[in-house]
Order: sequence, then structure tokens, then C-alpha cells
Amino acid sequence: MFNSLSDRLTSTFKNLRGRGRLSEADIDATVREIRRALLDADVAVPVVRQFTASVRERALSAEVSGALNPAQQVVKIVNDELVGILGGETRALQLAKTPPTVIMLAGLQGAGKTTLAGKLGLALKEQGHTPLLVAADLQRPNAVTQLSVVAERAGVPVFAPHPGNQGMETDAVIGDPVGVARQGVAEARAKQHDVVIVDTAGRLGVDQVLMQQAADIRDAVTPDEVLFVIDAMIGQDAVATAQAFLAGVDFTGVVLSKLDGDARGGAALSVATVTGRPIMFASTGEKLTDFEVFHPDRMASRILDMGDVLTLIEQAERAFDAGEAEKMAAKVASGEDFTLSDFLVQMQQMKKLGSMKKMLGMLPGMAQMRDQLENFDEREVDRVQAIIQSMTPAERDNPKIINGSRRARIARGSGQTTSAVNGLLDRFTQAQKMMRQMGKGGGLPGMPGGMPGMPGMPGMPGGGKKSRGKQAPAKAKKGKSGNPAKRAQQEREAMAKALGGGVAPSSAPGSAFGMGGAKGAQPTEQDLANLELPAGFDKLLGGR
Amino acid sequence: MNDLLWLWILLGVVVLVGGGAALLVPRSRRRGTTTRDESAPTGTAPPSVPDAVVAPGTAAPGTVPPSTPGMAVPDVVEPEAPALETPEPAAGRMVRLRDRLARSGSPLGARLLSVLSRDHLTEDDWDELEETLLLADIGAGPAGELLDALRTRVRVLGVRDAASVRALLREELLAIVDPSLDRAVTTTGPVGEDGARLPAVVLVVGVNGTGKTTTVGKLARVLVAQDRTVVLGAADTFRAAAADQLQTWGSRVGVQTVRSDRDGADPAAVAFDAVKKGRADGTDVVLVDTAGRLQNKAGLMDELGKITRVITREAPLAEVLLVLDATTGQNGLNQARVFGEVAGVTGIVLTKLDGTAKGGIVVAVQRELGVPVKLVGLGEGPDDLAPFDAEQFVDGLLG
Repeated sequence: MFNSLSDRLTSTFKNLRGRGRLSEADIDATVREIRRALLDADVAVPVVRQFTASVRERALSAEVSGALNPAQQVVKIVNDELVGILGGETRALQLAKTPPTVIMLAGLQGAGKTTLAGKLGLALKEQGHTPLLVAADLQRPNAVTQLSVVAERAGVPVFAPHPGNQGMETDAVIGDPVGVARQGVAEARAKQHDVVIVDTAGRLGVDQVLMQQAADIRDAVTPDEVLFVIDAMIGQDAVATAQAFLAGVDFTGVVLSKLDGDARGGAALSVATVTGRPIMFASTGEKLTDFEVFHPDRMASRILDMGDVLTLIEQAERAFDAGEAEKMAAKVASGEDFTLSDFLVQMQQMKKLGSMKKMLGMLPGMAQMRDQLENFDEREVDRVQAIIQSMTPAERDNPKIINGSRRARIARGSGQTTSAVNGLLDRFTQAQKMMRQMGKGGGLPGMPGGMPGMPGMPGMPGGGKKSRGKQAPAKAKKGKSGNPAKRAQQEREAMAKALGGGVAPSSAPGSAFGMGGAKGAQPTEQDLANLELPAGFDKLLGGR
Repeated sequence: MNDLLWLWILLGVVVLVGGGAALLVPRSRRRGTTTRDESAPTGTAPPSVPDAVVAPGTAAPGTVPPSTPGMAVPDVVEPEAPALETPEPAAGRMVRLRDRLARSGSPLGARLLSVLSRDHLTEDDWDELEETLLLADIGAGPAGELLDALRTRVRVLGVRDAASVRALLREELLAIVDPSLDRAVTTTGPVGEDGARLPAVVLVVGVNGTGKTTTVGKLARVLVAQDRTVVLGAADTFRAAAADQLQTWGSRVGVQTVRSDRDGADPAAVAFDAVKKGRADGTDVVLVDTAGRLQNKAGLMDELGKITRVITREAPLAEVLLVLDATTGQNGLNQARVFGEVAGVTGIVLTKLDGTAKGGIVVAVQRELGVPVKLVGLGEGPDDLAPFDAEQFVDGLLG
């Protein structure tokens, strides 16, 4: 888990310092590491071969050997190539010139088609469309019921003339899904729905009968978009499946589902490479609103197992208490001191995020602290909590009053040694100092640059007393604003665009995809966004 | 929500992970170097070669422990033959010598081995073998280790053609999968304190969309076919119509389903009710279906922990089956690990094996966690659930 590609590459290149050029053997070692990382991420073997070949070619060129930090340069090349393939052809959902637009969903069993139908329905509805869901999955017992329930939750009408498999049928093919799909489109035309989403049964690529049926459905409804839904956890089979579906239904776009899991999702790369079809959406949770436009750059770092700050922040946003967070923000903005009781609250919130180790591991540049992290005892959090809880409120607000006898009392109360209490207080004073400086807008002290291993990412405190290695300049992500409010707005627009032009982009401030966007107007947050922070922090601040 | 979050986390790190910048830097630097060495390329820890696969020709040292170049040669005490000793054929001695050399960790031994033996296979042959393993989702790590061990064996035995190497690989895989393992699903409950027999509780867990409900349905049919009484517990209260789907399966074979009357009820309560009913009715088996949950969702995993805790109040869990989709890649190992920690998985059901996916990840799972595959799902038909056949499976992986 703590063996990200950038770490491994750094180790490959570690003997290289001082020597000017990269030898063939060095490149080979690098390519091997990249190959391993990709295979661990479930990228299909043929795709890995193709990909490493092109990386190798670029790595041999002057851009690497001339670079100050070859490891970073290679990571950057790999990242660029990945983003290139994953995001090569992003495009919006094509809407028909004359409604209804027909969207057909296809995929393996259990990929998440029915759930996605609901999510897509809801998203389109929020964009001002009037979608109709058509239940053409008559195969799985109660799939029709499931779609109806999902549709009801999304507040979207459903067309289900056939009850589907009620458990009694044992035929290979149940009912007439082709007919249902055709009627569904007719129904939409009659009732003036401008989008029809056809949910089909899950099928295997090798199942001739069902693949033919899918092709028939396709021919019957002539969909404007055929979305292939694929599970992010899928392994080497991704290629075979994608090819079978490409041959069967000739899908026009891909949706990656279950991205909220911890699978690295190499399937995305496999499918995009093999079929050349763009990945359009990502499904990231069980709720109907957990649906977003696919982010190629995030996926690239995920496949490479690089620290993913954005994911961390998203998780934090979900777990943290909004009220507390705001109080905290106000406090910093007003220049008040950060106290131990604030810290206690914060720590309790952080505990909700799950394992501390895992969370810290997600921070970029933690490579140097990795072994310390490895030894980090999760119970340390509890111990610190116990120490703080053994203090009186006055002590928590003003740790300066803690003298020798108070220390002894606190240590006794929390079952710790006096030196543990001292250690905590020392570290706290430092953190407080840092906070104060930040409140003044002075940026973080002791952070001349980011950590090595992650170009363009911010460093951690403790990372750079002496800047280690040369830093690649932080590069600004193009097209993304550092201002959170603006970023949220952009995000919303991107979604609107992806859903086909967006009928009413401005009328959806609270839409599912502009989560938290409205809050950007708070003065405190604006102030913070204007702090002079080191380059690269805009990504953190931007949140999403 | 708030843009100060990163700041919070930052501070937390400072206070928790031990101190200011100055303290950290020198230490982490020194230690950093050592870890990097460890994390350097693969293959430093070759897997053990199981004793079961001793090749013909090396009859005598058959009991010798697995060869691990990293270890010192253990002093092998040859068991005293009771009567007459049959000396080894002269031809086998070279193999034996090479075997010893392969196991001696010293550089001299390795050098001697390379002089005494030649790798008759081309790199292409090896690449092909590796690709076979990778394509079956066995994973880069385990595949590399398997092949390293195989390379050593091939050198020792002096195998010359790719076909026999493939046969050796099959043996190795088979040894990992271990056909002799007990793969029966426990369907007999223990005897309770009051002397009455408790139902065998089978809990079915897994991530979303792997086929848990379908597996429970099929398993119920198998059990009914064996004249056992069954109660189904629809503890998937989350997914729309999951309980209906299960009830449909049950009603086809006349099995009762315990479910909540509304969506979103406490799954632990439903599971408890199901087991309670099973106990009251004196049924043989209670099958509890749970909602799909991704293993990285702490809250949902806690919920699963609660389900298991609550069930064991009524009757102990006879079996916890993890349903893994054959298409699952390397994430399957994570799934097995986390579900194993939370629910104590005792067996795996490998579903959707009728497709093109091989399901090789279960090799890694069994190797790392020792949890065997007990059942395989082979299709959408109601009776497409079969016991796991190790040989067939391994042939499928290599085929």
C-alpha cells in the first residue's frame, strides 16, 4: 500500500545522482517498475505492453536525461501519457436533434446499470430534461421492481409494461425486451419526454443469444448514445468484455462504476485504449447523486497509486461536521489562537475518516515519512485525546498555565508519562505558531517547496527544511481556477456541458453537481482563498 | 464545505506524527534509504516450493523442506532406512546436487548452479508463461514469485521444453490451490445449550454487484434438493427490491424469507429475526443475504460487524461466504482481507465463471489468507452453482 510508483521510481533512480545521463539499463528498470504498477492496477496486459513501449520511447529521449530530476520527469511522462489516453476524447452526451434522445445502457451483470439509470435520470432531470426510464431488463428477478424504485427515488417516470422475471421463468430469454424498448421510445414520443434511458439486462460477452438480443434492442431503438457500464474493480477481463460489447452493441461512451471503492481502476485505461471510446462519467457511490463527470487527471494518479489529495479532501468533506468547520474557519480568519480544545474537536472529526495511516498515506510526498507512518500506532490518537481530556478547560484554552504540578496531574489523569504530555505540548506550540503565521497570511513556514516525488504538489511540514532534490516547478492546471467558488462553478458547467449543452446551467446552484458551490460566497473563505500560499496550494484550496 | 480542511489535516499530522520539521528530517532521511532498498524490485522472497510436487527422479529427498535461496541450508537428517537401502540411480545425483546448490544461499552456490545447469528455455517462453498467469488475474507479484520458483526448479531438473514447464507450473498452481482442502459448506448447526440442534447460519457477504442474492437463491435450491429445511434472511435492506429478489428465489422452492416491512431497516435486526425464526422452527440452515458494501467504507463494514455480532447471540455462524466476481482484478485480495477481518470469512464463492474471466485472484487470496473457494457460480440458470473443482480451475487458468 505504501509503495507508490513515485517511491519506487525514486528508489530506482537513487544511485543515479551525480551521473549526468540515464543509461539503457536505468530506463529498463524504470519501465519495469511502471509495468508492475500498471499490472497491479489491473491494466490489461496488452495495454500495458503498448503503454510501456511508448513511455520507454519518450523516456529515452532528451527530455528525461536532460532533466534535473529524472524520476520526476519519468513520472510526469507517464502521467501525461495516461491523461492523454484517458481524457483524449472527452465529449458531451450527444442529444438528438429531434427528441427523444435515446440512451441505452449495456454491461456485464452487476456492473451497476440499473442504479446508473436512476442516477443519469436524476442528473438529466436537474438539467431541465424530462427523462423516461425504460425497464428492458426482464432477465434478472425483480430488476424491473428495482428500476421502478430507483426511478421513484429520482422522481423520474418509468415505463415498465412487462413485470420481468418473477422467478418462475427459466427460459434463456424472458419476455420481449426488444419490444419493450421500442414501445418505450414510442411512449416517450407520445408523452413528450425528451430523453429515454433504456436499462438492459446484464450479459456476458460470450453469451451469443443475449448479445444478439442487445444488438436487436440497439437496432430497434437506434440510440443516440450507447453507454457501456463497467465496474472499476474489473481485472484482465476488461479487454475481452469491452471488445465483445464493442462488437455487439458498438457503444459510444463508457461509464466507470464503483469508483468509490479502493480499486485502482486500471480498467479505465484498458477500455479507453482498446476501444478508443471516451470515458464519460464516473459513478462514485450508492446515492443517486453520486455521479460525476470523469476526471482523467485524477484517474491517472489513482492508477499510478500516487497520493490523491482530492480524494482525501472529498472524504474529509463528507466526514467533517460543517458547523464545526465553519467555526474553525471564522476563528482562523479573526486571528484568534488555535487552542487545544479546537484541536480535540478536529481530531475527533479526523477519526471519523477512518484509519489515520491510510489517510496520511494519501497525502502526496509522504514517501519520506512512510516508515514512520508504518510504525504509527493508531492508538496514538486516543492517547493524545486522553491527555487533552485530562486538562481543565482553562488549560486547554491557555496551555501556558500548565506548570509542573499540572503536568504531573495531567499525566496521571491520562495514564501517560509526563514526558508524553510535554511532547504533546511542544508539538502543539509549534502547530499553533504555524497557524498564527498562516492567519497572518504569511504562508507556511519552513516550506520552501513541495516534497520530491510529486511535482506540483504541496509539501508537508517537516518535508523541506532543506529542499531535497530539485523541484519540478508547480504547474498550474489549465482551465481550473484556484478560487473555490469559481472552481465549483466550472465544475457545474462541465457537468451541464457533459449532459448535452445544459438547458439551464445557471438555474441549478444547488444541483447535485455543484455541491457546496453556493458556500463559496462566504467572506471568510474568500479571504482564505486570497492568502498568499505557496504555489500548488491552490489545488488543495480548490478542494475539487 | 470548507476550505480549511486541509489545514486541519496538516496540523493533525504535525501534532500526531511526531513533531516539528527539524525533528523529522534527519531521521526520515536515514530510514528512508533502508526502506527503499527493501521496496526495490521483485523476487527477493521466492515462494516455497511445496513438497507435494517433487518431480520424478528425486525420490529420496522428497521430504526435504522447500527450497528457499534466501535461507541457509537446513541440515537434512535422512531417515534411516529400516533394511536394505536402494541407492539412487546415478542419473539423479546431478539433480540432487543442483537442488542443494539452489538452496544454498551463498553466491558461490548460485554461481556453481549456473555453471552446472543451463536454462534451456528462451526468454520468450518465460514471457509467455508470465502472460498466461497475468491474464488470469493472478497478479504481478504472485506471478513473478511463481515463475522465479519455477525457474529454479527447471534449472535443477534440467527440463528442456516449454510443454513440460507448463506441466510443472500446473503442478505448482495446483499445490497452491490444494485440491485436498475441505471445501464443504457447513450446513449442520451445533447443538445448543438446551440440547436442541441450532440452525447452521450461513452469512453471505461481498461488494456490490457480485451476485450475493443470486448465490443465496441458488444455494437455497441446492439445500432444498438435499431435503434440508431452509430460512432465508433478507438483510439487504438497502438496495431497491433486493428483498423482493430474494423472496422470489425462495418462493420458487417453497422457502420462507424473513424480511423487513420497509426499506432501510436495520439489517442486523432482520438477520437476527431470520436466525431466531430458524431456531424456533427448527430449520437446518439459515441463509442470510447482506447488502453489497465496498470494503473501504468504514461505516458499512461496521454495520457488517454488527450483523455478525447480533447473529451470534442467537446461533454461531457456521459459515461466512464471501462472494467474489470472477472478473475482479487485484482488488479482490483487498476485499478478501477486509471482509475477513470484519466478518471472519470461511469460504469464497466465485461467481460469473461462465464468462471469459478466469478468476485467478482467488489463487492470491488463498495463498495470502488461506481462505478456500468453496462454490462456483456458472451462469444465470437457477441451478448453476457447483462445488469448486481445483483441477478444472487450474486448467482453466492456464488454458
